[in-house]
Amino acid sequence: MFDISLSYNRYGFLGCEFLLWLWFCSNNSGLYKLFDNKNEALEIGNKIILEKKNNSSFEKITIKGEEADLEEAMISLKKGAIVKELNFLYKKENKEWRFTITGENLCFTNLKIPDVGFIETKKDIEGFVVEKIYSYNLIFCLIDDLYNKYILLRISDEWKHIVFDIKKWMNY
Amino acid sequence: MGLLSPSVSITRYHVDGKTNNSFLEAVREGLIKYSFKEIDEESSDKITGWTSFNDHFNPDFNGSSFIIDTVFVFSLRIDKKSLSPKIINKFYQREMTRRLEKSDRGYLTTSEKKQIKDNVLDTLYLRIPATPNVYDIVWNFEKSLLWFFSNNKSAREELEILFQKTFNYRLVEIFPFFKADLLSGLQAGQRDKLSGLSPSIFTE
Repeated sequence: MFDISLSYNRYGFLGCEFLLWLWFCSNNSGLYKLFDNKNEALEIGNKIILEKKNNSSFEKITIKGEEADLEEAMISLKKGAIVKELNFLYKKENKEWRFTITGENLCFTNLKIPDVGFIETKKDIEGFVVEKIYSYNLIFCLIDDLYNKYILLRISDEWKHIVFDIKKWMNY
Repeated sequence: MGLLSPSVSITRYHVDGKTNNSFLEAVREGLIKYSFKEIDEESSDKITGWTSFNDHFNPDFNGSSFIIDTVFVFSLRIDKKSLSPKIINKFYQREMTRRLEKSDRGYLTTSEKKQIKDNVLDTLYLRIPATPNVYDIVWNFEKSLLWFFSNNKSAREELEILFQKTFNYRLVEIFPFFKADLLSGLQAGQRDKLSGLSPSIFTE
């Protein structure tokens, strides 16, 4: 088993590049398809946190809001910032999931799933919990599948073409 | 923000260790042994323990009460008593003055000062109630996965320590490299390539 603390820090960039790749793919769905199913879509949500290292200090850029303009985020990317946190909106058929992923540790925050009904009596709790677990698991499986896809690309020769396309997209 | 909340934060863990035939009974015994015990009458500032998911203040792990569908669902309760340093200092100074008046030396030794501080803390912690914090847990033992319903660093540390102590399994947070290296099904050659990766440059 590898050294957890060492690999956590040394390869922290994997998670941040994963978020950038998701952002890029969701904005270029004609070129890079995340899903085969047309009834599925992953969109950028209402919050992005970027971080830029300046010598020994860090500059943190937060863009938040339903109608937020991502222009400033793009400028930060061009200047070398990395994506630390990204909020997503996942749509499948007529249901929506909202969540934020942290690049460093792939933690989920503010995860909101479609309504699963109401608890009226104590007996309803178990069914409610099963429904909730199913819905959380669905989003985890989705992100896990996308992460596996990204990792396979990341270790392939194709990645340099993707980096080229991401640079083009950032400077468009 | 628990399992039933409309918005949740979740840290995912890999449970490192193998299960055996008496696994279910061992989990139940562990939950009972390390279940939460109230601290309001004690002078300690913090206590952690397992509690029932559906009744945070009355842990009961008998029968199959902690099993829902194919997963274990229970909660971690951390009760903390917090005191402002200003309050501690006020009582500490008051006690120091009282002791100095009684002493004919005109000063107190380092060990006496420490003893006074400890006594002050014990007395104060006995007087204030603890604030309960509850974090839900879903443990899918078949997949060696655990979801902890918080991203709070100190709560995660408490979970990792108590989990190991209770069940003798280690929790490993699923972070990007761990996930890629051990959970993505990569072949040996692919894992070597992964280990050799460095950050991509997007700015040139």
